[in-house]
Amino acid sequence: MSDPSETFTVKSSRSLTEPRAVRWLLTGLALGFLTLFLVIPLVFVFVQALAKGFSTYWTAIIEPDALAAVRLTLIAAAISVPLNLVFGVAASWAIAKFNFRGKALLITLIDLPFSVSPVIAGIIFILLFGRQGWLGPWLAAHDIKIIFAVPGIVLATIFITFPFVARELIPLMQAQGSEEEEAALVLGATGWQTFRRVTLPNVIWGLLYGVILCNARAMGEFGAVSVVSGHIRGLTNTLPLHVEILYNEYNFAAAFAVASLLALLALFTLAAKTIVESKIRHHPGKTTGKTEG
Amino acid sequence: MGIKVENITKHFGGYTALNGVDLDVHEGELVALLGPSGSGKTTLLRIIAGLEAPDSGSIYFYGEETTHRRVRERKVGFVFQHYALFRHMTVFDNIAFGLTIKPRCERPDKSHIQKRVNELLHLIQLENMADRYPSQLSGGQRQRVALARALATEPKVLLLDEPFGALDAKVRHELRRWLRRLHDEIHVTSIFVTHDQEEALEVADRVVVMNQAQIEQIGTPEDVYENPATPFVFNFLGKVNLFHCRDGEGNPHKGPDGKTVGYVRPSDIHIFRDAETPDDLSAEVILIQSAGALPCIELKRDDNGAMVQVEIPRERYRALQLNVGEKVFIRPQNIRTFQTE
Repeated sequence: MSDPSETFTVKSSRSLTEPRAVRWLLTGLALGFLTLFLVIPLVFVFVQALAKGFSTYWTAIIEPDALAAVRLTLIAAAISVPLNLVFGVAASWAIAKFNFRGKALLITLIDLPFSVSPVIAGIIFILLFGRQGWLGPWLAAHDIKIIFAVPGIVLATIFITFPFVARELIPLMQAQGSEEEEAALVLGATGWQTFRRVTLPNVIWGLLYGVILCNARAMGEFGAVSVVSGHIRGLTNTLPLHVEILYNEYNFAAAFAVASLLALLALFTLAAKTIVESKIRHHPGKTTGKTEG
Repeated sequence: MGIKVENITKHFGGYTALNGVDLDVHEGELVALLGPSGSGKTTLLRIIAGLEAPDSGSIYFYGEETTHRRVRERKVGFVFQHYALFRHMTVFDNIAFGLTIKPRCERPDKSHIQKRVNELLHLIQLENMADRYPSQLSGGQRQRVALARALATEPKVLLLDEPFGALDAKVRHELRRWLRRLHDEIHVTSIFVTHDQEEALEVADRVVVMNQAQIEQIGTPEDVYENPATPFVFNFLGKVNLFHCRDGEGNPHKGPDGKTVGYVRPSDIHIFRDAETPDDLSAEVILIQSAGALPCIELKRDDNGAMVQVEIPRERYRALQLNVGEKVFIRPQNIRTFQTE
């Protein structure tokens, strides 16, 4: 860029901005709000967790019930995230690239878990699979336990995290259109080759972003899981439920210690999300690259 | 016969995109499908490619029916208006795509693919751009890469959908001349869609003029320009003046019969200072636009107040020394008459 245009840019940006006092006020307000509602609580979690020393902290974490909760949380996420990944890719591929009857209905259904309260989601599963529920007698007859057991928790988690991947991919795929897929087909590619070599690489970072958010929610979900879990220590407690139990027993140090695990997960998610976001921005597919010639 | 289109009909909901279209494209020919938007030209191209299925009718490639064959089995090269390059692949990988996805038994080995891609890069004059991504290329460069990608698999048929539509005027001119030269070199049976009559007349061996889901006329560029079969073709292939005249007589002076309309190109009207024959019409100069290849004069007829556009050679324009508001005489020649319904 040449000098004259640069001075022009600087001048125009100065004339477009607010007085110094207003800028400081707005920035200060935003930062103050962030500190009050996000930073202080997060710091407080770690301060409380370590309030009675590191050994207390460590004991709370390696205690068998806590470890069982970690294991169950990991299992629920390990099942629900891949399932939602497959479903999300399939649904968004269908919605973005094809026209079919009931498309609008499908989009609405995918959004349902976002609009329904998690508690209601949990109750739906109780009404379906609980002892007094629709399928209860049949399940009891075949000795299958869903409610107050691991399958119920996995089901509730899948339901809650249902929209994450699809919601991320649908707008991305719609924006990209289907011309590249058509080009691949004309060049002789099969459907699978087209998907693997054209569609998937174009959405890979968006997909990863959706998976990260999906995973964070799967591990942190409380409401729906709480309803179907039954809170059996060491058996059907996920991490968030375990934190609640410890807190209700006035075992604050242990509660915050376990909570700090979830907070760490959140921080890790945040970092991963930032990295993926920057990848999306620098991906050659986005039109930020310089055009020459 | 390279491509044969037989009685193709296509509806989108209640809208008729193609209505019983027949077309023959000879082997090695470059044919333009020309028409306004909504005339069905792109739909016809996509049906030939297999990207769209016709409601009825048949498509043949080299005598073989392909109507129900899958897109990927038709072995066509297709160039999209907006390039449709694979954005996450380099120029090299884009061009090589058609070769690398072939089944293992048919796939050429790596060195072979490398050689073929380099040949094509040379053909499109982008040898040093192999490692660039599409987003780092200009529109004209992208479209050339798209063409190379389509040619890599040596298609039997090359189809181009408004290939220069998204480019600016200068690049468009360069690229269409380049396409013409390229076609003279490789002689692949080609159809390209355009709404730009100048482009069709300049590039194609034959022009197919389409309107409202049907073909209006097929002919060489000279043919469709000099002898338009319908008023639509006359109108679409350049500027035109309408004169109401009497049936069978290309003479607007004899008074209209209400049913016959004479079509005259602006360059077929002469301007005189004085009436030389009693048939010359008197008119007033309204507007003079002297920039451009041919100066364009707009006149208003004295008898019925109709506007007439005239293009005259530059020398003639200088000799006449016209001024706005002046009274002159005009004499239309080469009038084509059509009966109105």
